[in-house]
Amino acid sequence: MQNQTLFAFKALDPANPSGSPAPKPVVQLRAFTRRFSNNTVLDSIDLEIGEGEFVALLGRSGSGKTTILRTLAGLDTVSEGEVKLPSARAVVFQEPRLLPWKRVWNNVLLGLEPKALGGAKAARTLAQKALSEVGLDHRADAWPSTLSGGEAQRAALARALVREPKLLLLDEPFASLDALTRIKMHALVASLWQAHKPAVLMVTHDVDEAIALADRVLILAEGKLIVERRVDLPRKRQPGQPGFAALRRYFLEQLGVEAEDETQQHAVAKEIILGS
Amino acid sequence: MSATIKPVNFRIPVWAQRFATTVALLLAWEAASKAGLIPARILAAPSAVAGTFWDMLASGELESNLLVSLGRVLTGLSIAIVTGSSLALIAGLSRTGEMAVDAPMQMLRTMPFLALVPLFILWFGIGETPKIALIALGGTFPIYLNLFSGIRAVDKKLVEAGNCFGLNNAALIKHVILPGALPSFLVGLRYALGISWLSLVVAEQVNATAGIGYLINNARDYMRTDIIVVCLLIYSVLGLTTDFIVRTLERFALAWRPSFINVT
Repeated sequence: MQNQTLFAFKALDPANPSGSPAPKPVVQLRAFTRRFSNNTVLDSIDLEIGEGEFVALLGRSGSGKTTILRTLAGLDTVSEGEVKLPSARAVVFQEPRLLPWKRVWNNVLLGLEPKALGGAKAARTLAQKALSEVGLDHRADAWPSTLSGGEAQRAALARALVREPKLLLLDEPFASLDALTRIKMHALVASLWQAHKPAVLMVTHDVDEAIALADRVLILAEGKLIVERRVDLPRKRQPGQPGFAALRRYFLEQLGVEAEDETQQHAVAKEIILGS
Repeated sequence: MSATIKPVNFRIPVWAQRFATTVALLLAWEAASKAGLIPARILAAPSAVAGTFWDMLASGELESNLLVSLGRVLTGLSIAIVTGSSLALIAGLSRTGEMAVDAPMQMLRTMPFLALVPLFILWFGIGETPKIALIALGGTFPIYLNLFSGIRAVDKKLVEAGNCFGLNNAALIKHVILPGALPSFLVGLRYALGISWLSLVVAEQVNATAGIGYLINNARDYMRTDIIVVCLLIYSVLGLTTDFIVRTLERFALAWRPSFINVT
Protein backbone atom coordinates (compact mmCIF):
# COMPACT_ATOMS: atom_id res chain seq x y z
CA MET A 1 0.00 0.00 0.00
CA GLN A 2 2.61 2.44 1.08
CA ASN A 3 4.87 1.45 -1.77
CA GLN A 4 2.16 2.16 -4.28
CA THR A 5 1.89 5.70 -3.08
CA LEU A 6 5.62 6.07 -3.41
CA PHE A 7 5.81 4.77 -6.94
CA ALA A 8 2.86 6.85 -8.11
CA PHE A 9 5.03 9.95 -7.92
CA LYS A 10 7.99 8.45 -9.67
CA ALA A 11 7.42 10.24 -13.00
CA LEU A 12 7.60 13.59 -11.24
CA ASP A 13 11.02 12.96 -9.75
CA PRO A 14 13.24 15.51 -11.50
CA ALA A 15 16.39 13.61 -10.63
CA ASN A 16 15.30 10.64 -12.59
CA PRO A 17 12.43 11.68 -14.83
CA SER A 18 12.41 8.63 -17.10
CA GLY A 19 12.50 6.22 -14.21
CA SER A 20 15.43 4.52 -15.94
CA PRO A 21 18.16 2.79 -13.93
CA ALA A 22 20.77 4.96 -12.22
CA PRO A 23 22.78 7.13 -14.64
CA LYS A 24 26.44 6.55 -15.34
CA PRO A 25 28.35 6.47 -12.05
CA VAL A 26 30.62 9.30 -10.97
CA VAL A 27 31.75 7.49 -7.84
CA GLN A 28 32.48 3.80 -7.64
CA LEU A 29 33.54 1.90 -4.55
CA ARG A 30 34.20 -1.83 -4.91
CA ALA A 31 34.80 -3.99 -1.85
CA PHE A 32 36.22 -0.94 -0.11
CA THR A 33 37.47 -1.77 3.36
CA ARG A 34 39.07 0.56 5.86
CA ARG A 35 40.78 -0.58 9.01
CA PHE A 36 42.40 1.43 11.79
CA SER A 37 44.90 -0.95 13.35
CA ASN A 38 42.65 -3.92 14.30
CA ASN A 39 39.38 -2.07 14.08
CA THR A 40 37.43 -2.53 10.83
CA VAL A 41 35.56 0.72 10.33
CA LEU A 42 34.25 0.00 6.84
CA ASP A 43 33.71 -3.55 5.72
CA SER A 44 33.64 -4.30 2.01
CA ILE A 45 31.53 -1.38 0.87
CA ASP A 46 30.07 -1.32 -2.65
CA LEU A 47 28.73 2.04 -3.63
CA GLU A 48 27.93 3.83 -6.85
CA ILE A 49 26.73 7.38 -7.18
CA GLY A 50 25.30 8.39 -10.53
CA GLU A 51 25.92 11.65 -12.33
CA GLY A 52 23.73 14.32 -10.76
CA GLU A 53 22.35 11.93 -8.18
CA PHE A 54 21.67 13.06 -4.61
CA VAL A 55 22.53 10.34 -2.12
CA ALA A 56 22.07 10.65 1.62
CA LEU A 57 24.05 8.47 3.98
CA LEU A 58 22.43 7.91 7.35
CA GLY A 59 24.04 6.31 10.32
CA ARG A 60 24.56 6.65 14.02
CA SER A 61 27.76 8.20 15.24
CA GLY A 62 30.60 5.73 14.97
CA SER A 63 28.97 3.88 12.08
CA GLY A 64 31.78 4.85 9.71
CA LYS A 65 29.90 7.44 7.68
CA THR A 66 32.52 10.11 8.22
CA THR A 67 35.20 7.69 7.04
CA ILE A 68 33.32 7.12 3.77
CA LEU A 69 33.03 10.85 3.27
CA ARG A 70 36.72 11.41 3.97
CA THR A 71 37.59 8.71 1.48
CA LEU A 72 35.41 10.29 -1.19
CA ALA A 73 36.99 13.65 -0.37
CA GLY A 74 40.43 12.15 -0.97
CA LEU A 75 41.45 12.88 2.62
CA ASP A 76 41.98 9.25 3.55
CA THR A 77 44.25 6.60 2.11
CA VAL A 78 42.80 3.67 0.18
CA SER A 79 44.52 0.38 0.91
CA GLU A 80 41.83 -2.26 0.40
CA GLY A 81 39.33 -2.29 -2.43
CA GLU A 82 38.81 -0.09 -5.40
CA VAL A 83 37.81 3.57 -5.31
CA LYS A 84 37.06 5.65 -8.39
CA LEU A 85 36.47 9.36 -7.88
CA PRO A 86 36.05 12.35 -10.17
CA SER A 87 38.85 14.89 -9.88
CA ALA A 88 36.42 17.80 -9.49
CA ARG A 89 35.24 17.39 -5.91
CA ALA A 90 34.21 19.82 -3.23
CA VAL A 91 33.33 19.45 0.41
CA VAL A 92 31.10 21.35 2.81
CA PHE A 93 32.09 20.38 6.33
CA GLN A 94 30.04 20.43 9.47
CA GLU A 95 31.84 23.60 10.56
CA PRO A 96 32.21 26.16 7.79
CA ARG A 97 36.03 26.03 7.93
CA LEU A 98 36.43 29.43 6.31
CA LEU A 99 39.90 30.94 6.66
CA PRO A 100 39.34 33.75 9.18
CA TRP A 101 42.07 35.93 7.62
CA LYS A 102 40.51 36.00 4.17
CA ARG A 103 37.46 38.03 3.35
CA VAL A 104 34.41 36.00 2.35
CA TRP A 105 34.90 36.39 -1.41
CA ASN A 106 38.55 35.36 -1.11
CA ASN A 107 37.49 32.28 0.83
CA VAL A 108 35.14 31.37 -1.99
CA LEU A 109 38.07 31.47 -4.42
CA LEU A 110 40.41 29.46 -2.16
CA GLY A 111 42.71 27.30 -4.21
CA LEU A 112 41.63 28.81 -7.53
CA GLU A 113 44.24 30.70 -9.53
CA PRO A 114 42.98 34.12 -10.65
CA LYS A 115 45.01 33.66 -13.83
CA ALA A 116 43.13 30.48 -14.71
CA LEU A 117 39.86 32.34 -14.16
CA GLY A 118 40.81 35.16 -16.53
CA GLY A 119 42.38 37.69 -14.20
CA ALA A 120 41.68 39.25 -10.83
CA LYS A 121 38.58 41.10 -11.98
CA ALA A 122 36.98 38.04 -13.54
CA ALA A 123 37.80 36.05 -10.40
CA ARG A 124 36.11 38.62 -8.20
CA THR A 125 33.04 38.59 -10.47
CA LEU A 126 32.91 34.81 -10.27
CA ALA A 127 33.07 34.90 -6.46
CA GLN A 128 30.37 37.56 -6.38
CA LYS A 129 28.15 35.44 -8.61
CA ALA A 130 28.64 32.35 -6.45
CA LEU A 131 27.85 34.38 -3.34
CA SER A 132 24.69 35.86 -4.86
CA GLU A 133 23.53 32.34 -5.65
CA VAL A 134 23.54 31.59 -1.94
CA GLY A 135 22.13 35.03 -1.12
CA LEU A 136 25.31 36.34 0.42
CA ASP A 137 26.64 38.84 -2.13
CA HIS A 138 26.15 41.70 0.34
CA ARG A 139 28.65 40.02 2.69
CA ALA A 140 31.39 39.45 0.11
CA ASP A 141 33.80 41.86 1.80
CA ALA A 142 33.06 40.77 5.36
CA TRP A 143 35.46 38.89 7.61
CA PRO A 144 34.25 35.32 8.27
CA SER A 145 34.14 35.90 12.03
CA THR A 146 31.34 38.43 11.53
CA LEU A 147 29.05 35.93 9.77
CA SER A 148 26.24 34.08 11.52
CA GLY A 149 26.31 30.28 11.52
CA GLY A 150 23.90 30.07 8.61
CA GLU A 151 25.73 32.74 6.61
CA ALA A 152 29.07 31.02 7.14
CA GLN A 153 27.64 27.72 5.95
CA ARG A 154 26.21 29.43 2.87
CA ALA A 155 29.64 30.89 2.17
CA ALA A 156 31.05 27.36 2.46
CA LEU A 157 28.43 26.21 -0.05
CA ALA A 158 29.41 28.98 -2.43
CA ARG A 159 33.07 28.00 -2.04
CA ALA A 160 32.19 24.41 -2.95
CA LEU A 161 29.94 25.22 -5.89
CA VAL A 162 32.10 27.90 -7.49
CA ARG A 163 34.41 25.15 -8.76
CA GLU A 164 31.51 23.32 -10.47
CA PRO A 165 32.23 19.97 -8.81
CA LYS A 166 31.21 16.65 -10.33
CA LEU A 167 30.88 15.40 -6.78
CA LEU A 168 29.70 17.51 -3.87
CA LEU A 169 30.26 16.09 -0.40
CA LEU A 170 28.19 17.39 2.50
CA ASP A 171 29.35 16.33 5.96
CA GLU A 172 26.41 16.99 8.30
CA PRO A 173 26.50 20.53 6.98
CA PHE A 174 23.46 21.79 8.87
CA ALA A 175 23.91 19.92 12.14
CA SER A 176 25.04 22.97 14.09
CA LEU A 177 22.37 25.32 12.74
CA ASP A 178 19.08 26.12 14.44
CA ALA A 179 15.96 24.35 13.14
CA LEU A 180 14.57 27.28 11.16
CA THR A 181 17.86 28.09 9.47
CA ARG A 182 18.25 24.40 8.67
CA ILE A 183 14.95 24.29 6.80
CA LYS A 184 15.93 27.34 4.76
CA MET A 185 19.27 25.69 4.01
CA HIS A 186 17.49 22.55 2.78
CA ALA A 187 15.55 24.60 0.26
CA LEU A 188 18.75 26.38 -0.79
CA VAL A 189 20.70 23.16 -1.24
CA ALA A 190 17.84 21.63 -3.21
CA SER A 191 17.71 24.57 -5.61
CA LEU A 192 21.49 24.77 -5.99
CA TRP A 193 21.61 21.08 -6.71
CA GLN A 194 18.90 21.48 -9.37
CA ALA A 195 20.85 24.33 -10.95
CA HIS A 196 24.32 22.75 -10.96
CA LYS A 197 23.47 19.06 -10.93
CA PRO A 198 26.54 17.70 -9.16
CA ALA A 199 26.40 14.22 -7.74
CA VAL A 200 25.92 14.70 -3.99
CA LEU A 201 26.77 12.54 -1.04
CA MET A 202 25.32 14.01 2.12
CA VAL A 203 26.25 12.44 5.42
CA THR A 204 23.65 13.13 8.08
CA HIS A 205 21.95 11.67 11.10
CA ASP A 206 18.76 13.60 10.46
CA VAL A 207 16.24 11.27 8.79
CA ASP A 208 13.91 14.10 7.72
CA GLU A 209 16.80 15.92 6.10
CA ALA A 210 17.71 12.79 4.15
CA ILE A 211 14.13 12.22 2.95
CA ALA A 212 13.68 15.89 2.09
CA LEU A 213 16.72 16.06 -0.18
CA ALA A 214 17.89 12.69 -1.43
CA ASP A 215 17.10 10.54 -4.48
CA ARG A 216 18.43 7.58 -2.60
CA VAL A 217 19.06 6.95 1.07
CA LEU A 218 21.69 4.58 2.41
CA ILE A 219 22.04 3.47 5.98
CA LEU A 220 25.40 2.49 7.35
CA ALA A 221 25.71 0.43 10.50
CA GLU A 222 28.89 -1.04 11.95
CA GLY A 223 30.77 -0.51 8.73
CA LYS A 224 28.24 -2.10 6.40
CA LEU A 225 25.58 -0.63 4.14
CA ILE A 226 22.46 -2.26 5.52
CA VAL A 227 19.78 -0.29 3.71
CA GLU A 228 19.49 1.23 0.27
CA ARG A 229 16.21 2.84 -0.70
CA ARG A 230 15.11 5.25 -3.40
CA VAL A 231 12.98 8.20 -2.33
CA ASP A 232 10.44 8.76 -5.04
CA LEU A 233 8.40 11.52 -3.44
CA PRO A 234 7.86 14.61 -5.58
CA ARG A 235 10.28 17.44 -4.88
CA LYS A 236 9.66 20.33 -2.48
CA ARG A 237 9.13 17.55 0.00
CA GLN A 238 7.57 18.25 3.35
CA PRO A 239 7.08 16.01 6.35
CA GLY A 240 3.30 16.29 5.92
CA GLN A 241 3.11 14.89 2.40
CA PRO A 242 1.93 11.35 1.69
CA GLY A 243 4.62 8.76 1.97
CA PHE A 244 6.99 10.91 3.99
CA ALA A 245 5.93 9.54 7.37
CA ALA A 246 6.11 5.95 6.16
CA LEU A 247 9.64 6.45 4.90
CA ARG A 248 10.67 8.13 8.10
CA ARG A 249 9.25 5.25 10.13
CA TYR A 250 11.08 2.78 7.95
CA PHE A 251 14.45 4.51 8.20
CA LEU A 252 14.13 5.08 11.92
CA GLU A 253 13.33 1.41 12.41
CA GLN A 254 16.41 0.49 10.43
CA LEU A 255 18.45 2.83 12.58
CA GLY A 256 17.02 1.09 15.64
CA VAL A 257 15.11 4.05 17.02
CA GLU A 258 12.12 3.35 19.27
CA ALA A 259 8.66 4.38 18.13
CA GLU A 260 8.40 6.78 21.00
CA ASP A 261 11.35 8.76 19.72
CA GLU A 262 9.78 8.80 16.29
CA THR A 263 6.53 10.45 17.33
CA GLN A 264 8.56 12.95 19.22
CA GLN A 265 10.66 13.69 16.16
CA HIS A 266 7.51 13.95 14.07
CA ALA A 267 6.03 16.46 16.47
CA VAL A 268 9.20 18.53 16.36
CA ALA A 269 9.25 18.49 12.58
CA LYS A 270 5.60 19.50 12.36
CA GLU A 271 6.11 22.34 14.75
CA ILE A 272 8.98 23.61 12.68
CA ILE A 273 6.99 23.50 9.44
CA LEU A 274 4.01 25.27 10.95
CA GLY A 275 6.28 27.78 12.64
CA SER A 276 8.00 28.76 9.41
CA MET B 1 14.40 72.64 52.50
CA SER B 2 15.79 69.84 50.39
CA ALA B 3 17.83 67.19 52.10
CA THR B 4 19.61 66.06 48.94
CA ILE B 5 23.21 67.03 48.62
CA LYS B 6 24.13 68.37 45.21
CA PRO B 7 27.23 66.76 43.72
CA VAL B 8 30.16 69.08 43.35
CA ASN B 9 30.28 70.42 39.82
CA PHE B 10 34.03 70.69 39.62
CA ARG B 11 35.59 67.35 38.67
CA ILE B 12 39.21 66.52 38.03
CA PRO B 13 39.52 64.82 34.63
CA VAL B 14 40.63 61.19 34.74
CA TRP B 15 43.89 61.78 32.92
CA ALA B 16 44.81 64.46 35.42
CA GLN B 17 44.05 62.06 38.28
CA ARG B 18 46.31 59.47 36.69
CA PHE B 19 49.23 61.87 36.41
CA ALA B 20 48.72 63.61 39.73
CA THR B 21 51.09 61.36 41.68
CA THR B 22 53.78 61.56 39.02
CA VAL B 23 53.61 65.34 38.93
CA ALA B 24 53.69 65.51 42.71
CA LEU B 25 56.79 63.29 42.82
CA LEU B 26 58.53 65.41 40.18
CA LEU B 27 57.74 68.58 42.10
CA ALA B 28 59.02 67.04 45.34
CA TRP B 29 62.19 65.91 43.57
CA GLU B 30 62.70 69.40 42.11
CA ALA B 31 62.12 71.03 45.50
CA ALA B 32 64.48 68.63 47.26
CA SER B 33 67.19 69.34 44.68
CA LYS B 34 66.72 73.09 44.98
CA ALA B 35 66.87 72.80 48.77
CA GLY B 36 70.15 70.90 48.48
CA LEU B 37 68.72 67.69 49.91
CA ILE B 38 69.62 65.78 46.70
CA PRO B 39 73.08 66.78 45.46
CA ALA B 40 73.47 66.98 41.66
CA ARG B 41 76.17 64.29 41.68
CA ILE B 42 73.63 61.84 43.17
CA LEU B 43 70.67 62.84 41.02
CA ALA B 44 70.18 65.95 38.90
CA ALA B 45 67.02 68.05 39.31
CA PRO B 46 64.20 67.53 36.77
CA SER B 47 64.73 71.05 35.46
CA ALA B 48 68.44 70.33 34.94
CA VAL B 49 67.57 67.11 33.15
CA ALA B 50 65.17 68.96 30.86
CA GLY B 51 67.80 71.61 30.15
CA THR B 52 70.46 69.01 29.39
CA PHE B 53 68.04 67.15 27.11
CA TRP B 54 67.48 70.35 25.15
CA ASP B 55 71.23 71.07 24.92
CA MET B 56 72.00 67.53 23.76
CA LEU B 57 69.30 67.79 21.09
CA ALA B 58 70.53 71.20 19.95
CA SER B 59 74.15 70.05 19.65
CA GLY B 60 73.08 66.93 17.71
CA GLU B 61 74.90 64.73 20.21
CA LEU B 62 71.72 62.91 21.22
CA GLU B 63 70.50 62.28 17.67
CA SER B 64 73.78 60.91 16.37
CA ASN B 65 74.20 58.49 19.30
CA LEU B 66 70.54 57.52 19.17
CA LEU B 67 70.99 56.57 15.53
CA VAL B 68 73.95 54.36 16.40
CA SER B 69 71.93 52.56 19.08
CA LEU B 70 68.89 52.23 16.82
CA GLY B 71 71.12 50.83 14.09
CA ARG B 72 72.46 48.16 16.46
CA VAL B 73 68.97 47.12 17.55
CA LEU B 74 67.60 47.05 14.02
CA THR B 75 70.52 44.99 12.72
CA GLY B 76 70.42 42.58 15.65
CA LEU B 77 66.65 42.29 15.52
CA SER B 78 66.65 41.66 11.77
CA ILE B 79 69.12 38.82 12.26
CA ALA B 80 66.92 37.51 15.10
CA ILE B 81 63.79 37.63 12.96
CA VAL B 82 65.45 35.83 10.05
CA THR B 83 67.13 33.18 12.23
CA GLY B 84 64.21 32.65 14.59
CA SER B 85 61.65 32.45 11.78
CA SER B 86 63.76 30.10 9.68
CA LEU B 87 64.35 27.75 12.59
CA ALA B 88 60.66 27.89 13.57
CA LEU B 89 59.60 27.07 10.00
CA ILE B 90 62.00 24.12 9.86
CA ALA B 91 60.85 22.79 13.22
CA GLY B 92 57.19 23.67 12.74
CA LEU B 93 56.65 22.24 9.28
CA SER B 94 58.34 18.85 9.60
CA ARG B 95 58.82 16.23 12.27
CA THR B 96 62.42 15.69 11.25
CA GLY B 97 62.99 19.42 11.52
CA GLU B 98 61.46 19.42 14.98
CA MET B 99 63.79 16.61 16.08
CA ALA B 100 66.81 18.44 14.72
CA VAL B 101 66.01 21.97 15.84
CA ASP B 102 63.64 22.03 18.77
CA ALA B 103 65.64 20.11 21.39
CA PRO B 104 68.81 22.23 21.10
CA MET B 105 66.75 25.42 21.00
CA GLN B 106 64.86 24.45 24.13
CA MET B 107 68.15 23.73 25.88
CA LEU B 108 69.80 26.96 24.75
CA ARG B 109 66.87 29.15 25.71
CA THR B 110 67.17 28.18 29.35
CA MET B 111 70.62 29.79 29.41
CA PRO B 112 70.63 33.45 30.50
CA PHE B 113 72.06 34.78 27.24
CA LEU B 114 73.46 37.94 28.83
CA ALA B 115 75.92 35.67 30.61
CA LEU B 116 77.48 35.02 27.22
CA VAL B 117 79.00 38.52 27.10
CA PRO B 118 82.50 37.41 28.24
CA LEU B 119 82.51 34.60 25.70
CA PHE B 120 81.34 36.94 22.94
CA ILE B 121 84.13 39.36 23.76
CA LEU B 122 86.66 36.53 23.44
CA TRP B 123 85.10 35.39 20.15
CA PHE B 124 84.25 38.69 18.50
CA GLY B 125 86.46 41.25 20.23
CA ILE B 126 85.05 44.50 21.57
CA GLY B 127 83.80 46.11 18.34
CA GLU B 128 80.29 46.16 16.92
CA THR B 129 80.07 42.40 16.31
CA PRO B 130 79.56 41.18 19.89
CA LYS B 131 76.97 43.91 20.52
CA ILE B 132 74.89 42.97 17.50
CA ALA B 133 75.41 39.26 18.16
CA LEU B 134 74.07 39.65 21.69
CA ILE B 135 70.94 41.49 20.50
CA ALA B 136 70.43 38.94 17.72
CA LEU B 137 70.78 36.00 20.09
CA GLY B 138 68.42 37.45 22.67
CA GLY B 139 65.71 38.12 20.09
CA THR B 140 65.98 34.78 18.29
CA PHE B 141 64.44 32.72 21.11
CA PRO B 142 61.13 34.54 21.58
CA ILE B 143 60.63 34.70 17.80
CA TYR B 144 61.41 31.00 17.46
CA LEU B 145 59.33 29.80 20.39
CA ASN B 146 56.23 31.81 19.54
CA LEU B 147 56.26 31.16 15.82
CA PHE B 148 56.93 27.45 16.33
CA SER B 149 54.02 27.03 18.72
CA GLY B 150 51.90 29.26 16.46
CA ILE B 151 52.56 27.01 13.46
CA ARG B 152 51.73 23.92 15.49
CA ALA B 153 48.56 25.50 16.83
CA VAL B 154 47.09 26.21 13.39
CA ASP B 155 43.67 24.55 13.20
CA LYS B 156 44.14 21.14 11.56
CA LYS B 157 40.62 21.39 10.17
CA LEU B 158 41.59 24.46 8.18
CA VAL B 159 44.64 22.66 6.81
CA GLU B 160 42.40 19.77 5.82
CA ALA B 161 39.97 22.15 4.13
CA GLY B 162 42.89 23.70 2.26
CA ASN B 163 43.94 20.23 1.12
CA CYS B 164 40.41 19.54 -0.09
CA PHE B 165 40.32 22.69 -2.15
CA GLY B 166 43.49 21.77 -3.98
CA LEU B 167 46.17 23.78 -2.18
CA ASN B 168 49.63 22.27 -2.62
CA ASN B 169 52.16 22.44 0.20
CA ALA B 170 53.54 25.84 -0.76
CA ALA B 171 50.05 27.30 -1.07
CA LEU B 172 49.03 25.73 2.24
CA ILE B 173 51.96 27.39 3.97
CA LYS B 174 51.20 30.72 2.33
CA HIS B 175 47.41 30.81 2.69
CA VAL B 176 46.75 28.76 5.81
CA ILE B 177 49.76 28.12 8.04
CA LEU B 178 51.60 31.43 7.99
CA PRO B 179 48.51 33.64 8.38
CA GLY B 180 47.36 31.32 11.16
CA ALA B 181 50.68 31.63 12.96
CA LEU B 182 51.00 35.39 12.43
CA PRO B 183 49.37 36.39 15.74
CA SER B 184 51.90 34.25 17.65
CA PHE B 185 54.75 35.64 15.57
CA LEU B 186 53.76 39.19 16.49
CA VAL B 187 53.67 38.28 20.18
CA GLY B 188 57.18 36.89 19.72
CA LEU B 189 58.24 40.07 17.98
CA ARG B 190 57.08 42.19 20.90
CA TYR B 191 59.03 40.04 23.34
CA ALA B 192 62.06 40.16 21.06
CA LEU B 193 61.91 43.95 20.94
CA GLY B 194 61.78 44.21 24.71
CA ILE B 195 64.75 41.87 25.01
CA SER B 196 66.62 43.80 22.30
CA TRP B 197 66.58 47.00 24.32
CA LEU B 198 67.77 45.10 27.36
CA SER B 199 70.58 43.49 25.36
CA LEU B 200 71.48 46.89 23.96
CA VAL B 201 71.94 48.33 27.43
CA VAL B 202 74.24 45.48 28.41
CA ALA B 203 76.07 45.42 25.08
CA GLU B 204 76.75 49.14 25.16
CA GLN B 205 78.47 48.83 28.53
CA VAL B 206 81.27 47.05 26.69
CA ASN B 207 83.70 49.59 25.29
CA ALA B 208 81.19 51.50 23.19
CA THR B 209 82.50 54.54 21.29
CA ALA B 210 79.05 55.73 20.31
CA GLY B 211 75.45 55.10 21.27
CA ILE B 212 73.22 55.80 24.23
CA GLY B 213 75.24 53.44 26.42
CA TYR B 214 78.42 55.29 25.48
CA LEU B 215 76.81 58.56 26.56
CA ILE B 216 75.89 56.98 29.89
CA ASN B 217 79.41 55.59 30.48
CA ASN B 218 80.95 58.92 29.63
CA ALA B 219 78.54 60.79 31.87
CA ARG B 220 79.39 58.43 34.71
CA ASP B 221 83.08 59.36 34.43
CA TYR B 222 82.18 63.06 34.70
CA MET B 223 79.47 62.46 37.33
CA ARG B 224 76.88 64.00 35.00
CA THR B 225 73.72 62.47 36.48
CA ASP B 226 71.60 64.77 34.29
CA ILE B 227 72.93 63.10 31.12
CA ILE B 228 72.43 59.64 32.63
CA VAL B 229 68.78 60.41 33.42
CA VAL B 230 68.20 61.78 29.91
CA CYS B 231 69.62 58.56 28.44
CA LEU B 232 67.51 56.36 30.74
CA LEU B 233 64.43 58.25 29.63
CA ILE B 234 65.46 57.77 26.00
CA TYR B 235 65.70 54.01 26.58
CA SER B 236 62.19 53.87 27.96
CA VAL B 237 60.77 56.08 25.20
CA LEU B 238 62.41 53.79 22.63
CA GLY B 239 60.81 50.76 24.24
CA LEU B 240 57.39 52.40 24.29
CA THR B 241 57.68 53.58 20.70
CA THR B 242 58.63 50.22 19.26
CA ASP B 243 55.89 48.53 21.25
CA PHE B 244 53.44 51.02 19.79
CA ILE B 245 54.73 50.29 16.28
CA VAL B 246 54.18 46.55 16.70
CA ARG B 247 50.72 47.13 18.08
CA THR B 248 49.85 49.29 15.08
CA LEU B 249 51.24 46.56 12.86
CA GLU B 250 48.97 44.05 14.62
CA ARG B 251 45.96 46.23 14.01
CA PHE B 252 46.56 46.09 10.27
CA ALA B 253 47.87 42.55 9.94
CA LEU B 254 45.25 41.02 12.21
CA ALA B 255 42.32 43.13 11.09
CA TRP B 256 40.32 39.92 10.64
CA ARG B 257 40.32 39.16 14.34
CA PRO B 258 37.03 39.75 16.14
CA SER B 259 38.80 41.92 18.73
CA PHE B 260 39.96 44.34 16.03
CA ILE B 261 36.84 44.34 13.88
CA ASN B 262 34.86 46.43 16.35
CA VAL B 263 37.70 48.93 16.75
CA THR B 264 38.20 49.76 13.08
